[in-house]
Amino acid sequence: MDPVNVINLVLAGVLTGLVYGLMALGLSVIFGVVRVVNFAHGEMMTIAMYAAVVLFATLGLDPFLAVLPVAAVFFVLGYALQAGLINPFITRPEHSQFMLLVAVALIMVNALLIVFGPSARSVQLDYLLDSIDVGPLLLDRGKVYAALVALATSALLFAFFKLTATGKAIRACADNYLGAKVVGLNVKHLYALTFGLGSACVAVAGCMMVLLVDVTPVLGPAYTLLAFVIVIVGGLGSMTGALLGGVLIGVSEALAGLFITPSAKSMFSFGLLILVLLLRPQGLLGKKP
Amino acid sequence: MNRRHFNKTVAAAGVVSALAPFGIVRAQATKLKVGVILPRSGVQGLIGQSCQKGADLAPGVIKEMLGVDIELMNADWESNVDTARTRAERLIQEGAHVLVGPFDSGAATAIAQVAEQRGIPFVINIAAAPPITEQGYKFVFRNFQTAGDIVRNGLALMGDLFRATNVAPRTAVYMHVNDTFGQAMSGGIRAILPSQTQLPFKIVETISYDPAAKDLTVEVGKAKSTNADFLLLVCRLNDAIILRREMVKQRWNPMGVISPGSPGMYEEQFSKSLGKLGDYCISNVPWYNPNAPLTKVVEKAFLKQNPKDKLVFHGLNAGFTFEAILIAADAFKRARSTDPKTLADAIRQTNITSKMMLGGPIKFNAKGQVEGIGSACLQNLNQVPTVVLPTAAATAKPVFPMPGYHKA
Repeated sequence: MDPVNVINLVLAGVLTGLVYGLMALGLSVIFGVVRVVNFAHGEMMTIAMYAAVVLFATLGLDPFLAVLPVAAVFFVLGYALQAGLINPFITRPEHSQFMLLVAVALIMVNALLIVFGPSARSVQLDYLLDSIDVGPLLLDRGKVYAALVALATSALLFAFFKLTATGKAIRACADNYLGAKVVGLNVKHLYALTFGLGSACVAVAGCMMVLLVDVTPVLGPAYTLLAFVIVIVGGLGSMTGALLGGVLIGVSEALAGLFITPSAKSMFSFGLLILVLLLRPQGLLGKKP
Repeated sequence: MNRRHFNKTVAAAGVVSALAPFGIVRAQATKLKVGVILPRSGVQGLIGQSCQKGADLAPGVIKEMLGVDIELMNADWESNVDTARTRAERLIQEGAHVLVGPFDSGAATAIAQVAEQRGIPFVINIAAAPPITEQGYKFVFRNFQTAGDIVRNGLALMGDLFRATNVAPRTAVYMHVNDTFGQAMSGGIRAILPSQTQLPFKIVETISYDPAAKDLTVEVGKAKSTNADFLLLVCRLNDAIILRREMVKQRWNPMGVISPGSPGMYEEQFSKSLGKLGDYCISNVPWYNPNAPLTKVVEKAFLKQNPKDKLVFHGLNAGFTFEAILIAADAFKRARSTDPKTLADAIRQTNITSKMMLGGPIKFNAKGQVEGIGSACLQNLNQVPTVVLPTAAATAKPVFPMPGYHKA
């Protein structure tokens, strides 16, 4: 096997993995703070992908520009979803939360089917068929741009949680729910804010993902599963872990496809998941409970 | 009502109920209920919708041809084999006299089991896996080539293509979907290619992939690294689009992309999604005879129902689906019954000479398989699948090797 080709494919895995990581980051942030597992995560990303497709088809808006309005709308929707629907379930048993979010996911998939039909849709931009020459290497232009946006968004999110007062307050809620209430923090508002941020994160990932793959309404469950695999490998609740998990999954799929068989790509991801669960149940960068 | 009238009514009712189990009463049915089961959503949704166009025009055309009334009972198996099984069950429960579909070997295998258990005739429009008609089933019929026939005809046309263009590629990389159809085609290629000594190439690498794959970067990268002269491809629609895009991104320009007999590259969506990038791809597939009188009738009905569409983009899908319903209607007319066994016996005796698709008459062998269905070599030229071989049916000359995509 030509080493240049191997490096090309590993780099493609890294770039795709970063977008996967951004998608999983939203899930990890929401779980890390609100302690609710969002089973409608992939479906939310699919809606964001459709939003990017519609903005492109109607206004000719490049998905890189569509990121801002779509993320803003998703932030508001995420906030409303948490404040209006999920907050009452916070203290209920986990199976109630699970059923609620699975129901939300099903409604989303079926609404997309009704509105857009089953056919695949995509964004057709000339530069998405280009590649960038880096010496002997060939990098997919769309993937490079998408990965850069994923990195920038992750950096912004990290900065928000580390540097701003609201970010610190959210982390306080995550660390000590009772303590946060005692010092007078509006926990419900902060939870809704977190869900909004996680949703905005998913929206950015969706706008980038539509540059890489065609979207269909039934894409959601597969991405929900993928996001779970990534955050479990990286460590549930760890933001860095989500990015690392995404890259690991992206690279492992590329290597499995290259050296074993492309049909084994998903199998390899799940193999990695089982390995991590056996050897380090809290995930690579997760904290022990 | 007097005593005599009452006795007559009771006697008539008794006769009716006594004969009903034997289908004698049902023999008086005037309408054939056809359960059309297709993947109208999911990963194969576009092809299922394309097949549906052939089903939708069938009742009108067949009423004119045979004077038979047909009621379509449409079901979507959502590109999911388990759903295909349950949809088939439901269609039978709801009174379908015959099942038609499903454009997929995996789904056809599942539906065939249901049809056989329930004793309802099942006419397969498109599905190529050979085992479907090798099980000794009594109610399963197929008017489509088996994978072996598709490969045999496809490889023969490939030899014709190389001779016509005077090009002799030495190596090929073989990529195929890993579903039932893809596996069946691979089995056919493994079995038949070694005996095709007139073909100048050998396969240097085989790469299988998931037909629902969202990204084929690795697969195409692996294929490119073989430096093969051309790509031999057994694909579906969505993956064919993704794969061709990825070839462009990775700047892989083989001599050609040739399918020995799979869907995907002659579909309208392929050309719509790729524009000129879809040009010069070749599919050797069972196809319709543009000069057949029945084709003219079907084309007219097609354009009436789909004024903005062209039959050429749905030729295989709509054509074979229409013919499957025609087979059922023809049998119904001869049997004058919807009794499943009588209908199945009548289907077995089918001999339709005035047909749309290339090849000999529609006659089933002892296994329920039609033999002698023909293929054509289609090349996408100016974003339209065009017959380039056999020469007798060709409307353009083949272009091989294909020009690089940047020149397209």
